[in-house]
Amino acid sequence: MEPSDIQNIAHLARIDINASVAEETATSINDVLKLVDQLKSVDTEGVTPMAHPLDAIQRLRADEVSEHDVRDKFLGIAPETEDGLYLVPKVID
Amino acid sequence: MHQLTITEQIKKLKDKTFSSVELTQHYLARIKKYDSELNSFISVTEDAALEQAQSADQALAAGDETPLLGIPIAHKDIFCTDGTPTTCGSKMLENFVPPYDATVVENYRRAGAVMLGKTNMDEFAMGSSNETSFFGPVRNPWAKDCVPGGSSGGSAAAVAALLTPAATATDTGGSIRQPAALCGVTGIKPTYGRVSRWGMIAFASSLDQGGIIARTAEDAALMLNTMASVDPKDSTNIPKDVPDYSASLNNRVNGMRIGVPKEYFSDGLHPGTASAVQEAIGTYEKLGAKISEISLPNTSLAVPAYYVIAPAECSANLSRFDGVRYGHRCENPKNLEDLYKRSRGEGFGEEVKRRILVGTYALSAGYYDAYYHKAQQVRRLIKNDFDAAFEGVDIVLGPTAPSPAFAFGAKGADPVAMYLEDIFTIAANLAGLPGMSIPCGLVDDKPVGLQLIGKHFDEARILNAAHCFQRETDFHSLTPKDIN
Repeated sequence: MEPSDIQNIAHLARIDINASVAEETATSINDVLKLVDQLKSVDTEGVTPMAHPLDAIQRLRADEVSEHDVRDKFLGIAPETEDGLYLVPKVID
Repeated sequence: MHQLTITEQIKKLKDKTFSSVELTQHYLARIKKYDSELNSFISVTEDAALEQAQSADQALAAGDETPLLGIPIAHKDIFCTDGTPTTCGSKMLENFVPPYDATVVENYRRAGAVMLGKTNMDEFAMGSSNETSFFGPVRNPWAKDCVPGGSSGGSAAAVAALLTPAATATDTGGSIRQPAALCGVTGIKPTYGRVSRWGMIAFASSLDQGGIIARTAEDAALMLNTMASVDPKDSTNIPKDVPDYSASLNNRVNGMRIGVPKEYFSDGLHPGTASAVQEAIGTYEKLGAKISEISLPNTSLAVPAYYVIAPAECSANLSRFDGVRYGHRCENPKNLEDLYKRSRGEGFGEEVKRRILVGTYALSAGYYDAYYHKAQQVRRLIKNDFDAAFEGVDIVLGPTAPSPAFAFGAKGADPVAMYLEDIFTIAANLAGLPGMSIPCGLVDDKPVGLQLIGKHFDEARILNAAHCFQRETDFHSLTPKDIN
């Protein structure tokens, strides 16, 4: 992975990576990828991927109201709110 | 008071040898005395603790039989606590005050436990040394120039320094067992799905599991009785009755079949650790256990598979920190994208960013099959190794960490060297198995951990094996030399 690839991935992850550390970040990520590349040599033909340690499936429940309204409590911890809504910079002109 | 086990403290509270307020004040005073140096707590909730202790004393006087009534505990700062800051060791959540309690926190509150405060940890539980915490590293009480392990290093150090009788913790790749080993305390990571993850800030959702760090297996069993529960709020929690883990602690180990994986005694293992573990195996033999060598052939693939799966899951989970609803927000964002990018760039530390980037890369178009799909297949091979082993043995036993506690900065520059700290613990997370670490010796005055891995939902058996070992040995009752 090149420093320019890092910027692409950082964009996908919506993380600002300072250009001055891009090279260092690329080096350390390449070290991790080298470790991970050991997987390539393993024969996994026909092996079912394992998503859950107990192969459990999603547990469903009846669609019933179980929580009371905690809107104000949740809005209370937001960085910026207005009229009961989360405030972000203008998206559409 | 702090030398007593929780079981003994409960008895003394009931017979009025001391009150919960006295016990709580005693631990708060110890925290004041020792923790400015150790840094094992991020916040100490003194006023709330004393209030809870007072209520506990009233309930005790009224004959209330609630199991942990008046017992002080600490929570890892990854568990949401209503009204008390929960930082997850990150600048991102420096000022985050959750609007609700984690199920684990609620379970302990209902059981009458008193919360002393929240313990330090690697940022978002990503680390094996506690050096990634935004709130500064934790010192190992046994060797203050060394790390306590991680990510639950604060919980392990606090228990080791007798600043709390027990502390909650979480384990995604070894984060309970490895710090328990490095700090000479007892830690258990239960089966995936045994403890509710509701309100436990997510890192890698198919691996994360809450558990407990205490001084003895007996205390860990008692604490797990309250911690484990069936929780409709966590859809990955397994709806299975919780047994009484204390009831089977004294079952005989005579005849227990113990498998020792030959791959766990590789070249990378510290010779002092190896000999302490060998001696522990001898103790089990003396107790009548049947020891056999087993093979877990895919052991060396556990770390590589984990470093695809955990970062992939973390990149998805940590997308919630967007600077909009809670957590850090950058100054003067130009537009929404700038708000996201700078809030996350400023709020996350280097290791967290590295893992999000690795995970994003592994999941990105064109790479998914080569990385994520492949890692999930290897994960099954690792689980199959354990399935085969457990046909012939009841528990698996080996070292917890490859060496005793290492010095600060020793692995700082090289993420892969740090990742290999979890070489013996990660497989249990990938396979969803319960695992424990108990102290089994000292090397250069630093503790060594013995790991016990059980079958799914067989926590009772590893606790039983651990308790029988602790009846024969006294490693669990040793304390660091500077701690009185």
